[in-house]
Amino acid sequence: MEALLTFIHENLLLIYLLAFSILLGIEVISKVPAVLHTPLMSGANAIHGVVLVGAVIVLFNAPADDYFSLGLGFVAVIFGTLNVVGGFAVTDRMLEMFKKKKK
Amino acid sequence: MLTTHLLDVLYFIAALSFVIGLKMLSHPDSARRGNILAAIGMGLAVLGTLFFHPSASNDVVEDDRMLKLMLLYSALAIGGFIGWRAAYKVKMTSMPQMVSLFNGLGGGCAALLAVAEMKLQYAGVHGHPEAAGLILVLFTLFFGSVSLTGSLLAFAKLEDLVKDSAITLPRHTIFNLGLLAIILGLIGYTTWGAGDAGMTWGLILFGVALVYGFSFVAPIGGADMPVVISVLNSCTGLTAAAAGIIYDNLIMLVGGILVGASGSILTVLMCKAMNRSLANVLIGSFGGGGTSAAAGGGDQTIREISLTDTAVLLNYSSSVVIVPGYGLAVAQAQKICKELDSLLEANGVDVKYAIHPVAGRMPGHMNVLMAEADVPYTKLFDLEEANDALKKADVAIIIGANDVVNPAALDDPGSPIYGMPVLEVWESKTVIVMKRSMKAGYAGIENPLFFHAKTKMLFGDAKDTLQKLVAEVKAL
Repeated sequence: MEALLTFIHENLLLIYLLAFSILLGIEVISKVPAVLHTPLMSGANAIHGVVLVGAVIVLFNAPADDYFSLGLGFVAVIFGTLNVVGGFAVTDRMLEMFKKKKK
Repeated sequence: MLTTHLLDVLYFIAALSFVIGLKMLSHPDSARRGNILAAIGMGLAVLGTLFFHPSASNDVVEDDRMLKLMLLYSALAIGGFIGWRAAYKVKMTSMPQMVSLFNGLGGGCAALLAVAEMKLQYAGVHGHPEAAGLILVLFTLFFGSVSLTGSLLAFAKLEDLVKDSAITLPRHTIFNLGLLAIILGLIGYTTWGAGDAGMTWGLILFGVALVYGFSFVAPIGGADMPVVISVLNSCTGLTAAAAGIIYDNLIMLVGGILVGASGSILTVLMCKAMNRSLANVLIGSFGGGGTSAAAGGGDQTIREISLTDTAVLLNYSSSVVIVPGYGLAVAQAQKICKELDSLLEANGVDVKYAIHPVAGRMPGHMNVLMAEADVPYTKLFDLEEANDALKKADVAIIIGANDVVNPAALDDPGSPIYGMPVLEVWESKTVIVMKRSMKAGYAGIENPLFFHAKTKMLFGDAKDTLQKLVAEVKAL
């Protein structure tokens, strides 16, 4: 109990951030028309590609003679970039379709 | 020092762009700008990390620094190039597979970075791993791996590369629960029991998690893949968030949590559109049965209709409702369908489209496909509006759709899709079903609609038949 309270106290801002981010994530898309489910999922898919930032950090952190870690980081960055670039591009292509008929 | 402060500002702007971008993505008018906004934010976050992150100045030796930068830039270039090409080359019909593939790669990225991070921790670069830090790494490793193999299998299923039955074991649910228990055990043992041997156990966990991702998706029917992709999507989001905690990186944390939370809501919304619970989708395997449906009686006959009769019927009705399905999209017949629509409109026929929420392979997929063929937004009716319109329609013409017009969903409690809202096409005066053959739909269920008294069948490839139909209407 003591430890838990200490943990909460030490990470208070982080916990606030977590809670509000969750609520925000739910709130932001709670009333979305079915038409947009696919583009929205695709857009969210691109956003979690932010894990790419982590892959970049891992590559920076790996010792320069540790080829195993460097290799992992290298492939991770490729995967992450694919996720980000492909995700946003595919979403844009879908949404382009909605744009056309508005003219 | 100042550069890290600048990075904080960039991350903050990126986080705002994610939130506002997601918000804009949920309205048709602003969706495209929202996506671009989020993409710009992402660009800032990644570039900022490349130039300003403290770890970028880790290496004092110039050669080491250059080596890493070279690796980074080439990885970014390779990933960016392939991702861009793939996104622009893929056909609109294959969009859901593509989303699944990109999602899997995001998961793979997280899993690999977790392995590398684990190795760094055991090598003592940041000191010997502490339980709290290690468990986050293992969590990232687990969810990232599941997302990777799960998404790849979902991709394969949507591409029709694998048969559901070929990869489903008897008592598959129990097998999966067993695997899950092993995984939890491995996480616990690696963190608290294994000591310095933890790296090996972590790698074993990696392997088991990869198998679990595959096995988790294996028994779920192809028709439910959109829900699975959505679940795995939020799963990858949580992974990114966990990785954000490891590196004390706020943009990863916020981005990941946002996707995790909005992805969960999206999953629930999709399940609602199909009137099923998430548990039912994930555990109750779907599409194997159809045992009771259409089992009764041998007096079931089908009535065929000729092209000329169809043309006359369509041309002289006052209102026609088109129900497009995946078959239409696969045959790439949207444009010719639109041509038929224009011809009929020119002859004073009122043409509408009825779009079921799960038509195509994903909610909203069909809207995208019809929009691609320049069908105006205002002619696309959603489920409730369409059912009202169908009551007044002279002809309902179903092109390559099946499960979404199956009356068994309303009146046969034994049917696997019982309870799913469907388009009540039989309310119109005549129903024309355009279909390649009598084969069951994607969910593998018999459709009593084909034997309905009002139904007439027009067999053939959707594109080919529509082309002939257009010619017939023109000749009238």
